[in-house]
Amino acid sequence: MTATSIPEGSGRSAEAAPWELGDALLELLNGFIIELRAAGLPVSLTENLDALEAVKHIPIGDRESFKYALGATLVKRHNHWKAFETVFEVYFSLRGREYAIGEDSERLDLEDGELDDARAGDQQGAGGAGENLSPEELAEMLFQSLMRGDSQMMKGVARQAVRRFAGMEPGRPVGGTYYLYRTLRNLDLDGVLERLLQQAQDTQGEASEMDQRLWRDEYQHRIGRLHKEIEAEIRRRLVADRGIEAMAKTLRRPLPEDVDFMHASREEMVNLRKAIYPLTRKLAARLQRKRRHGRRGPLDFRRTVRASLSYGGVPVEPKFRNPNPHKPEIFVIADISGSVAAFARFTLHLVYAISGQFSRVRSFVFIDGLDEVTPYFEGVEDINEAVHRVNTEADVVWVDGHSDYGHALGVFWQKYGPDIGPRTSVMILGDARNNYHAAESWIVKEMQDKARHVYWLNPEPRSYWDTGDSIVGEYARHCDGSFEVRNLRQLEAFVENLV
Amino acid sequence: MPFRFEDAASLRDGLRRVDYLSDEGIAGVVYLADRLQKPVLVEGPAGTGKTQLAKSVSEVLGTRLIRLQCYEGLDEAKALYEWNYKKQLLRIQSDRSDEHDWAGVSEDIFSEEFLLTRPLLEAISAPDPVVLLIDEVDRVEVETEALLLEILSDYQVSIPELGTIEAKQIPLVFLTSNNTRELSEALKRRCLYLHVDYPDLEREKEIVLTKVPGITENLADQVARVVRSIRQVELKKAPSVSETIDWAKTLVLLGVEKIEEQTASDTLNILLKYQSDIRKAAKELVTADGVSV
Repeated sequence: MTATSIPEGSGRSAEAAPWELGDALLELLNGFIIELRAAGLPVSLTENLDALEAVKHIPIGDRESFKYALGATLVKRHNHWKAFETVFEVYFSLRGREYAIGEDSERLDLEDGELDDARAGDQQGAGGAGENLSPEELAEMLFQSLMRGDSQMMKGVARQAVRRFAGMEPGRPVGGTYYLYRTLRNLDLDGVLERLLQQAQDTQGEASEMDQRLWRDEYQHRIGRLHKEIEAEIRRRLVADRGIEAMAKTLRRPLPEDVDFMHASREEMVNLRKAIYPLTRKLAARLQRKRRHGRRGPLDFRRTVRASLSYGGVPVEPKFRNPNPHKPEIFVIADISGSVAAFARFTLHLVYAISGQFSRVRSFVFIDGLDEVTPYFEGVEDINEAVHRVNTEADVVWVDGHSDYGHALGVFWQKYGPDIGPRTSVMILGDARNNYHAAESWIVKEMQDKARHVYWLNPEPRSYWDTGDSIVGEYARHCDGSFEVRNLRQLEAFVENLV
Repeated sequence: MPFRFEDAASLRDGLRRVDYLSDEGIAGVVYLADRLQKPVLVEGPAGTGKTQLAKSVSEVLGTRLIRLQCYEGLDEAKALYEWNYKKQLLRIQSDRSDEHDWAGVSEDIFSEEFLLTRPLLEAISAPDPVVLLIDEVDRVEVETEALLLEILSDYQVSIPELGTIEAKQIPLVFLTSNNTRELSEALKRRCLYLHVDYPDLEREKEIVLTKVPGITENLADQVARVVRSIRQVELKKAPSVSETIDWAKTLVLLGVEKIEEQTASDTLNILLKYQSDIRKAAKELVTADGVSV
């Protein structure tokens, strides 16, 4: 039993607040929270106060607990955690005990720097004791630290590596990624990984494929840790050089839900893809809920009479039949031309995720021709394979492979138009940049007459609409709604609106 | 109001004693929840021990756990309180013969005697410090969420006929969510947030060691490693901690001492629940140079 039994009556104020916040820390926390807000995290005033209260209960100097205390009170969405972590590292990187940038270690750092400089001067390292290792020794240390998975040693290696290879100069206006690249290039981690695997094989004898796979994962995991250490070291040095606020500003990244589909990096794209699946699950859950609770069905005469018996034949409690659940049928028509390539890839993932959640989803892709791709998504295990098939096999080029919405819609109307019924929701995804072809917007109008809903999702910012060859306005006139969907936040808003 | 825990470390030890292996973050947030007297909102993938956390904490404290399982259509009458109208009817009927006036009766039948307490009210009115678990809070509708707000921030319940019932003690409240929908800002603001993710390698190994009797350290280590590798593959449903434990138990029952490829792929169906996932994972495991997707 760990619950402490503090004698009753011991007041809260007496027991709590083992330490009061100093002005300096208060100031720092304030700046920290302002930076969080600037990064897009919705930190309310109450949460701010909670955070200030929470840190009082944390043993001073315990960096990890400090981080969790702030995290639990300020970050209420898991996908914001990374942004929080970055800001935290910047603001408090110079303050942990294990990072020990007290007076004297700062001096040590400086001395080392001078030593390095001096060595660079006469080209030849003095080599030898302590921190001044030769490159071979450092490489060996790196190898050993990864072999053993020793985090203390990794930290040391990371420090050394950054000091030696990153070539950081005070005041130089380059980002952290540049230094990271330089450091990693010199470390040759891929080579090290191979060596590690070789070593494992040598010591453990013949190994099955699975064992090799497990080793590889383990070493990759360790290398990932080293990677983080190096990043932290670079950040620490940059902060020391440029100051906290400037650094936080350069590191500011859009939150996952604000990443623009059109300009997402590969890593961001992977994260986006992961986020899609829960989103469609949400959509499905919501639709179902609406279907069950939306409205009541017609009067159930039999049950009403039966219920009236207990009131002497007066039908005080009318009974209703369960509503006829309407099964949504979704048609997705997506532009996969070059101008929206990044968005298109995302769209296809979305289509795949949707088709897993709804019973009746049909998907079509077009550039200047149009083709149905529903079968490509059926029963596939690997979405990437399906996307690849869509991109290579679907017959979407009619003349020259430049978007022609008019013709594509024409083909759709001719071939699949009769399939649209009163229960169909049609979603058209594209930027409506039509290369000055005929718009044929009457098709959209016809669709709207027949279908339940027609929505247009446009990955371009609203201010670009109807500029140049974009004719989204002409189509949007006939839709039940047209939406700018450039990031997850907007997509979620659309989903919320939809049901 | 005395605090329940001395510090985060001792809480962590306590949890370990009841076989719940927490990490620094989990213990730290629960400790803070007690100090700040705030509820904890626990989110994370299914099967990572969110509900178990509340159970274990109540076990550590040796107190009662009051549980409210949320579902669609949960309403006031099932979450907060309800008037026991049958008893009220009886009361009125038994009065008929006497010369009681209406005012007296109505005052009488809206008293605590005729109140049926439901989990939330029960947690508040309990004389002893209890742990309240509101499970899968994301299942209720947004409108119903509002029911919780008063109790979560002020620890009180307002009953129109009776007035406000204030807490005799502050319960330690856990809310869990599988994140099938975004919870309202108002709810989140009132809670501390804790994300429980899949444990790291060492913790998972320890969990397997404590939960699976008779397993060798070597096998536990291997189990944890294989599971970690499988989680890196893009699957419909990654294996949860409970599935890891089930798998480890199976391996022990089968008398496996070292996991070979064959045993692994034969028993994958315990770890993974989709046919496509099983195929994919089996394929991944035997390709040594598998660069995970």
